[in-house]
Amino acid sequence: MTIDTTPDKTAPDSVAADRPEDADQWTAKLRHAAVEALPPERLLPDRQPAYVASWIYVFGVLTLAALAVVILTGVVLAIFGPSWWHESSTGLFVNSLHLWSVEVFFFSMVVHLWGKFFMAAWRGRRRATWITGVVAFVISVGAAFTGYLAQQNFDSQWISTQAKDGINATGAGAIFNVTNFGQMLMWHIMLLPLVVVLLVGLHVLLVRRRGVVPPFAIPLESAAGVEPAGPPRTTPNQEQS
Amino acid sequence: MQMLGAAAMSLLGSLVNLDGPGRYVHWGFIQISVANLVVIGLMLLVFVAAILIPFRRHRGDDQ
Repeated sequence: MTIDTTPDKTAPDSVAADRPEDADQWTAKLRHAAVEALPPERLLPDRQPAYVASWIYVFGVLTLAALAVVILTGVVLAIFGPSWWHESSTGLFVNSLHLWSVEVFFFSMVVHLWGKFFMAAWRGRRRATWITGVVAFVISVGAAFTGYLAQQNFDSQWISTQAKDGINATGAGAIFNVTNFGQMLMWHIMLLPLVVVLLVGLHVLLVRRRGVVPPFAIPLESAAGVEPAGPPRTTPNQEQS
Repeated sequence: MQMLGAAAMSLLGSLVNLDGPGRYVHWGFIQISVANLVVIGLMLLVFVAAILIPFRRHRGDDQ
Protein backbone atom coordinates (compact mmCIF):
# COMPACT_ATOMS: atom_id res chain seq x y z
CA MET A 1 0.00 0.00 0.00
CA THR A 2 1.37 3.41 -0.88
CA ILE A 3 0.52 6.63 0.86
CA ASP A 4 0.06 9.78 -1.19
CA THR A 5 2.06 12.51 0.55
CA THR A 6 1.49 15.28 -1.98
CA PRO A 7 -0.18 18.30 -0.35
CA ASP A 8 -3.92 18.56 -0.84
CA LYS A 9 -4.43 21.86 -2.60
CA THR A 10 -8.02 22.03 -1.41
CA ALA A 11 -7.13 21.62 2.28
CA PRO A 12 -7.62 24.72 4.48
CA ASP A 13 -3.86 24.84 5.36
CA SER A 14 -2.86 25.47 1.78
CA VAL A 15 -5.12 28.50 1.45
CA ALA A 16 -4.29 29.86 4.91
CA ALA A 17 -0.51 29.86 4.37
CA ASP A 18 1.37 33.11 3.84
CA ARG A 19 1.25 34.29 0.27
CA PRO A 20 3.01 37.46 -0.89
CA GLU A 21 -0.15 38.76 -2.56
CA ASP A 22 -2.04 38.50 0.76
CA ALA A 23 0.48 40.50 2.80
CA ASP A 24 -1.74 43.61 2.86
CA GLN A 25 -4.80 41.81 4.21
CA TRP A 26 -5.75 42.60 7.81
CA THR A 27 -5.76 38.92 8.72
CA ALA A 28 -2.12 38.53 7.61
CA LYS A 29 -1.08 41.74 9.36
CA LEU A 30 -2.83 40.76 12.59
CA ARG A 31 -1.36 37.24 12.47
CA HIS A 32 2.17 38.54 11.94
CA ALA A 33 1.80 41.16 14.68
CA ALA A 34 0.47 38.56 17.14
CA VAL A 35 3.22 36.03 16.41
CA GLU A 36 5.88 38.74 16.61
CA ALA A 37 4.56 40.01 19.95
CA LEU A 38 4.05 36.58 21.44
CA PRO A 39 5.90 33.77 19.65
CA PRO A 40 4.72 30.31 20.84
CA GLU A 41 7.94 29.62 22.79
CA ARG A 42 7.36 32.80 24.80
CA LEU A 43 3.61 32.28 25.15
CA LEU A 44 4.07 28.83 26.63
CA PRO A 45 7.71 28.50 27.76
CA ASP A 46 9.16 25.29 29.18
CA ARG A 47 11.44 27.04 31.65
CA GLN A 48 11.49 30.21 33.72
CA PRO A 49 14.45 32.32 34.87
CA ALA A 50 16.26 30.91 37.92
CA TYR A 51 15.18 33.86 40.08
CA VAL A 52 11.53 32.75 40.07
CA ALA A 53 12.48 29.86 42.37
CA SER A 54 10.83 31.56 45.36
CA TRP A 55 7.45 31.08 47.02
CA ILE A 56 6.59 34.74 46.47
CA TYR A 57 6.29 34.04 42.71
CA VAL A 58 3.65 31.37 43.34
CA PHE A 59 0.87 33.73 44.37
CA GLY A 60 0.09 34.98 40.86
CA VAL A 61 -0.83 31.54 39.61
CA LEU A 62 -2.60 30.77 42.90
CA THR A 63 -4.80 33.80 42.19
CA LEU A 64 -5.47 32.47 38.68
CA ALA A 65 -6.40 29.05 40.06
CA ALA A 66 -8.80 30.61 42.57
CA LEU A 67 -10.35 32.73 39.80
CA ALA A 68 -10.92 29.57 37.75
CA VAL A 69 -12.82 28.01 40.68
CA VAL A 70 -14.79 31.24 41.19
CA ILE A 71 -15.88 31.24 37.53
CA LEU A 72 -16.61 27.51 37.45
CA THR A 73 -18.73 27.53 40.62
CA GLY A 74 -20.44 30.74 39.43
CA VAL A 75 -21.42 29.01 36.19
CA VAL A 76 -22.86 26.07 38.15
CA LEU A 77 -24.83 28.45 40.42
CA ALA A 78 -26.18 30.29 37.37
CA ILE A 79 -27.29 27.00 35.76
CA PHE A 80 -29.32 25.77 38.75
CA GLY A 81 -30.54 29.09 40.21
CA PRO A 82 -31.29 30.61 43.63
CA SER A 83 -33.69 27.98 45.04
CA TRP A 84 -31.08 25.31 44.42
CA TRP A 85 -28.22 27.16 46.07
CA HIS A 86 -30.37 28.19 49.04
CA GLU A 87 -32.20 24.94 49.73
CA SER A 88 -30.35 21.83 48.53
CA SER A 89 -27.26 20.61 50.35
CA THR A 90 -25.31 20.36 47.08
CA GLY A 91 -26.35 23.90 46.19
CA LEU A 92 -25.25 25.17 49.58
CA PHE A 93 -21.92 23.38 49.11
CA VAL A 94 -21.31 24.94 45.67
CA ASN A 95 -22.39 28.33 47.05
CA SER A 96 -19.81 27.92 49.84
CA LEU A 97 -17.16 26.90 47.30
CA HIS A 98 -17.98 30.10 45.37
CA LEU A 99 -17.56 32.23 48.51
CA TRP A 100 -14.37 30.58 49.78
CA SER A 101 -12.69 30.59 46.36
CA VAL A 102 -13.32 34.35 46.33
CA GLU A 103 -11.63 34.55 49.76
CA VAL A 104 -8.61 32.62 48.43
CA PHE A 105 -8.62 34.78 45.27
CA PHE A 106 -8.37 38.03 47.23
CA PHE A 107 -5.97 36.61 49.83
CA SER A 108 -3.47 35.41 47.21
CA MET A 109 -4.00 38.50 45.03
CA VAL A 110 -3.08 40.80 47.93
CA VAL A 111 0.08 38.78 48.72
CA HIS A 112 0.89 38.84 44.96
CA LEU A 113 0.33 42.63 44.95
CA TRP A 114 2.62 43.19 47.96
CA GLY A 115 5.33 41.03 46.39
CA LYS A 116 5.17 42.90 43.08
CA PHE A 117 4.98 46.30 44.78
CA PHE A 118 8.16 45.73 46.77
CA MET A 119 9.88 44.39 43.62
CA ALA A 120 8.76 47.54 41.74
CA ALA A 121 7.34 45.18 39.14
CA TRP A 122 6.62 48.03 36.72
CA ARG A 123 10.35 48.22 35.89
CA GLY A 124 11.64 47.19 32.45
CA ARG A 125 8.71 48.32 30.29
CA ARG A 126 6.24 46.45 32.51
CA ARG A 127 3.99 49.46 33.25
CA ALA A 128 1.07 47.98 31.31
CA THR A 129 1.44 44.69 33.22
CA TRP A 130 1.28 46.58 36.53
CA ILE A 131 -1.65 48.78 35.50
CA THR A 132 -3.76 45.89 34.16
CA GLY A 133 -3.15 44.10 37.48
CA VAL A 134 -4.20 47.13 39.53
CA VAL A 135 -7.33 47.74 37.46
CA ALA A 136 -8.23 44.03 37.61
CA PHE A 137 -7.90 44.24 41.40
CA VAL A 138 -10.24 47.26 41.62
CA ILE A 139 -12.83 45.71 39.28
CA SER A 140 -12.63 42.47 41.30
CA VAL A 141 -13.59 44.43 44.42
CA GLY A 142 -16.70 45.63 42.54
CA ALA A 143 -17.46 42.08 41.39
CA ALA A 144 -17.21 40.78 44.97
CA PHE A 145 -19.28 43.70 46.28
CA THR A 146 -22.15 43.01 43.88
CA GLY A 147 -21.84 39.33 44.86
CA TYR A 148 -22.43 40.21 48.51
CA LEU A 149 -25.46 42.25 47.39
CA ALA A 150 -26.82 39.23 45.51
CA GLN A 151 -26.80 36.89 48.52
CA GLN A 152 -30.55 37.42 49.14
CA ASN A 153 -30.21 37.46 52.92
CA PHE A 154 -30.12 39.99 55.77
CA ASP A 155 -26.40 40.51 55.21
CA SER A 156 -27.01 41.70 51.64
CA GLN A 157 -29.85 43.96 52.84
CA TRP A 158 -27.57 45.52 55.43
CA ILE A 159 -24.70 46.00 52.94
CA SER A 160 -26.95 47.53 50.26
CA THR A 161 -28.66 49.98 52.60
CA GLN A 162 -25.30 51.05 54.05
CA ALA A 163 -23.67 51.32 50.62
CA LYS A 164 -26.46 53.31 48.95
CA ASP A 165 -25.60 56.43 50.93
CA GLY A 166 -21.96 56.25 49.92
CA ILE A 167 -22.73 55.49 46.27
CA ASN A 168 -25.41 58.21 46.12
CA ALA A 169 -22.95 60.72 47.58
CA THR A 170 -20.69 60.16 44.57
CA GLY A 171 -23.58 60.72 42.15
CA ALA A 172 -23.16 57.24 40.68
CA GLY A 173 -26.40 56.11 42.36
CA ALA A 174 -28.35 57.48 39.40
CA ILE A 175 -27.14 54.64 37.20
CA PHE A 176 -25.79 52.17 39.79
CA ASN A 177 -28.56 51.43 42.30
CA VAL A 178 -27.25 49.03 44.94
CA THR A 179 -30.78 48.33 46.20
CA ASN A 180 -31.84 47.14 42.73
CA PHE A 181 -31.32 43.39 43.04
CA GLY A 182 -31.78 42.62 39.34
CA GLN A 183 -29.23 45.23 38.28
CA MET A 184 -26.68 44.08 40.88
CA LEU A 185 -27.13 40.45 39.86
CA MET A 186 -26.56 41.31 36.18
CA TRP A 187 -23.42 43.30 37.04
CA HIS A 188 -22.22 40.42 39.23
CA ILE A 189 -22.75 37.54 36.83
CA MET A 190 -22.17 39.27 33.49
CA LEU A 191 -20.49 42.69 33.23
CA LEU A 192 -17.89 42.63 36.00
CA PRO A 193 -16.72 39.00 35.56
CA LEU A 194 -16.31 39.66 31.82
CA VAL A 195 -14.10 42.69 32.51
CA VAL A 196 -12.11 40.85 35.20
CA VAL A 197 -11.47 37.84 32.96
CA LEU A 198 -10.46 40.04 30.00
CA LEU A 199 -8.11 42.12 32.16
CA VAL A 200 -6.57 39.08 33.83
CA GLY A 201 -6.08 37.48 30.39
CA LEU A 202 -4.36 40.62 29.14
CA HIS A 203 -2.28 40.76 32.33
CA VAL A 204 -1.06 37.17 31.83
CA LEU A 205 -0.25 37.80 28.15
CA LEU A 206 1.76 40.88 29.16
CA VAL A 207 3.64 38.80 31.76
CA ARG A 208 4.49 36.36 28.98
CA ARG A 209 5.53 39.17 26.63
CA ARG A 210 7.69 41.16 29.05
CA GLY A 211 8.75 38.26 31.25
CA VAL A 212 8.68 37.94 35.03
CA VAL A 213 10.25 40.98 36.69
CA PRO A 214 13.76 40.18 37.96
CA PRO A 215 15.05 41.01 41.46
CA PHE A 216 16.82 44.38 41.88
CA ALA A 217 20.21 42.62 41.88
CA ILE A 218 19.80 41.47 38.25
CA PRO A 219 20.20 44.19 35.58
CA LEU A 220 16.95 44.80 33.75
CA GLU A 221 18.52 44.71 30.33
CA SER A 222 19.53 41.08 30.84
CA ALA A 223 16.18 40.02 32.24
CA ALA A 224 13.58 37.87 30.52
CA GLY A 225 11.33 39.56 28.04
CA VAL A 226 13.51 42.63 27.54
CA GLU A 227 16.04 41.00 25.26
CA PRO A 228 15.19 38.06 23.04
CA ALA A 229 18.00 35.98 24.51
CA GLY A 230 17.11 36.59 28.18
CA PRO A 231 18.94 35.09 31.14
CA PRO A 232 19.62 31.38 31.42
CA ARG A 233 16.22 29.79 31.75
CA THR A 234 17.11 27.13 34.21
CA THR A 235 14.07 26.51 36.34
CA PRO A 236 11.48 24.13 34.92
CA ASN A 237 8.28 26.01 34.39
CA GLN A 238 5.85 25.64 37.29
CA GLU A 239 3.53 28.33 35.95
CA GLN A 240 4.74 31.00 38.31
CA SER A 241 4.02 34.61 37.67
CA MET B 1 -19.28 9.00 57.81
CA GLN B 2 -22.09 11.53 58.34
CA MET B 3 -21.55 11.30 62.11
CA LEU B 4 -17.86 12.11 61.61
CA GLY B 5 -18.73 15.08 59.40
CA ALA B 6 -21.22 16.40 61.93
CA ALA B 7 -18.68 15.99 64.73
CA ALA B 8 -16.04 17.86 62.73
CA MET B 9 -18.48 20.69 61.98
CA SER B 10 -19.46 20.88 65.64
CA LEU B 11 -15.78 21.02 66.68
CA LEU B 12 -15.04 23.75 64.13
CA GLY B 13 -18.15 25.68 65.19
CA SER B 14 -17.11 25.58 68.82
CA LEU B 15 -13.79 27.27 68.04
CA VAL B 16 -15.45 30.50 66.95
CA ASN B 17 -18.88 31.48 68.17
CA LEU B 18 -20.60 33.01 65.15
CA ASP B 19 -24.01 33.18 66.83
CA GLY B 20 -23.98 36.83 67.79
CA PRO B 21 -22.87 40.29 66.72
CA GLY B 22 -19.36 40.59 65.28
CA ARG B 23 -16.53 41.90 67.43
CA TYR B 24 -14.77 45.10 66.39
CA VAL B 25 -11.52 46.81 67.27
CA HIS B 26 -11.69 50.57 67.77
CA TRP B 27 -8.54 52.67 67.50
CA GLY B 28 -9.25 56.35 67.16
CA PHE B 29 -11.26 56.84 63.99
CA ILE B 30 -10.25 53.37 62.78
CA GLN B 31 -12.80 50.61 63.26
CA ILE B 32 -12.20 47.11 61.92
CA SER B 33 -13.80 43.75 62.60
CA VAL B 34 -11.69 41.14 64.36
CA ALA B 35 -12.35 38.77 61.43
CA ASN B 36 -10.87 41.22 58.91
CA LEU B 37 -7.95 41.96 61.23
CA VAL B 38 -7.18 38.22 61.51
CA VAL B 39 -7.23 37.86 57.69
CA ILE B 40 -4.85 40.84 57.28
CA GLY B 41 -2.55 39.31 59.93
CA LEU B 42 -2.60 35.97 58.09
CA MET B 43 -1.76 37.69 54.78
CA LEU B 44 1.22 39.42 56.39
CA LEU B 45 2.33 36.10 57.90
CA VAL B 46 2.07 34.28 54.56
CA PHE B 47 3.88 37.15 52.79
CA VAL B 48 6.85 36.98 55.20
CA ALA B 49 6.86 33.16 55.04
CA ALA B 50 6.86 33.24 51.22
CA ILE B 51 10.00 35.38 51.27
CA LEU B 52 11.85 33.48 54.00
CA ILE B 53 11.02 29.82 53.32
CA PRO B 54 13.37 28.38 50.69
CA PHE B 55 11.81 27.08 47.48
CA ARG B 56 12.53 23.48 46.54
CA ARG B 57 14.81 23.32 43.51
CA HIS B 58 15.00 20.51 41.03
CA ARG B 59 18.22 18.54 40.91
CA GLY B 60 20.33 19.66 37.97
CA ASP B 61 19.02 23.22 37.90
CA ASP B 62 21.70 25.85 37.39
CA GLN B 63 21.78 28.89 39.61
